[in-house]
Amino acid sequence: MSGEWPLWEIFIRGQHGLNHRHVGSLHAPDAEMAVKHARDVYTRRNEGVSIWVVRSAAITASSPSEKGPLFEPSNSKVYRHPTFFDIPEDVGKM
Amino acid sequence: MYAQMVKSEATNEDPEKLAAFQARIDAGEKIEPKEWMPEGYRKTLIRQIGQHAHSEIVGQLPEGNWITRAPTLERKAILLAKVQDEAGHGLYLYCAAETLGVSRDELTEALLSGKMKYSSIFNYPTLNWADIGAVGWLVDGAAIMNQVPLQRTSFGPYSRAMIRICKEESFHQRQGYDIMMKMAQGTPEQKAMAQDALNRFWYPSLMMFGPSDKDSVHSAQSMAWKIKINTNDELRQKFVDQTVPQAEYLGLTIPDPDLRWNEEKGGYDFSEPDWSEFFEVIKGNGPCNAERMEARQKAWDDGAWFREGLMAHAAKRAARKIAAE
Repeated sequence: MSGEWPLWEIFIRGQHGLNHRHVGSLHAPDAEMAVKHARDVYTRRNEGVSIWVVRSAAITASSPSEKGPLFEPSNSKVYRHPTFFDIPEDVGKM
Repeated sequence: MYAQMVKSEATNEDPEKLAAFQARIDAGEKIEPKEWMPEGYRKTLIRQIGQHAHSEIVGQLPEGNWITRAPTLERKAILLAKVQDEAGHGLYLYCAAETLGVSRDELTEALLSGKMKYSSIFNYPTLNWADIGAVGWLVDGAAIMNQVPLQRTSFGPYSRAMIRICKEESFHQRQGYDIMMKMAQGTPEQKAMAQDALNRFWYPSLMMFGPSDKDSVHSAQSMAWKIKINTNDELRQKFVDQTVPQAEYLGLTIPDPDLRWNEEKGGYDFSEPDWSEFFEVIKGNGPCNAERMEARQKAWDDGAWFREGLMAHAAKRAARKIAAE
């Protein structure tokens, strides 16, 4: 029988004005129950002030085998980091 | 240790791919679910993480036995929170196993059919309140020994589950030790109960690490893959060295006449548990194996109408929502 509850991905916002962050997944029959389960499974010690739940099936992920071509454009642009530029000490704080 | 005697699976794959995979592990990279991995790595992990998850779930039973009979309301609330944590730990681990391509129902069915195991320790009974102290102190203490190094395991979801679990596990050991302290400092009868609990749980706790595996090919493969970090003997030694002073503080005696400090190795010499008892317990002949499996089977069967009912309700509501739009 394939009556297994679907899988949900759980995102929690911590106390300190941070983004919601992926913390794990769980099974639940619907979104409302997923929020309730997420409360019990992932926030037993005050870990959050807000919960998002998303059906795992609804997530599109980049493929690990495309990692090279996907991220190469940013790899080759080291000048995007401020440490690329040498500013003389005499200039002071910048 | 909640996973005992996990056999590694042989792998028959392209040697070049295998070498590249091993190089990633050696470099300390984490392997993520969708990335290429040897079949043996995947299957061994399903077995190990699954066994670990089952242990967390079955491990609720011996402690749940005392929730209604805890000596105070505070201790009852604390024990309830601990048992709820164990359920949570089981869920983190099941989800980690599922990322390897096995379903939750398949894992449950494998436990119920006896195809998958859970830790031998949960086949021992909790006869009185002191046993709840001994379980927290010794059983969770032994589990922590194994789980702390596993936070560095090579499989990402397993490592992350272990990090969450370790954060919560030290509460468990401390609540157990707190019970032991209270009883050891209590009346002579209470202290005798604490000693009796230690006597019964000492060797089963040593068995949790599994028999010596220094010559095991399975362990060598698992260690190369970083899904096992230390040998069983290393962890057992560490556990004994840590636990003996804790017992001394309680004024309790470790039930081993041959236990003594060995200056040369900087650790205690101690007696091995009775391994024939261990093999009987994992074969299903321990004091509580039948009772534990009956309880799991009953929970699965009795919960079926509820699982199906909620799915039917969710489908009905979804259909109504579509109709209203």
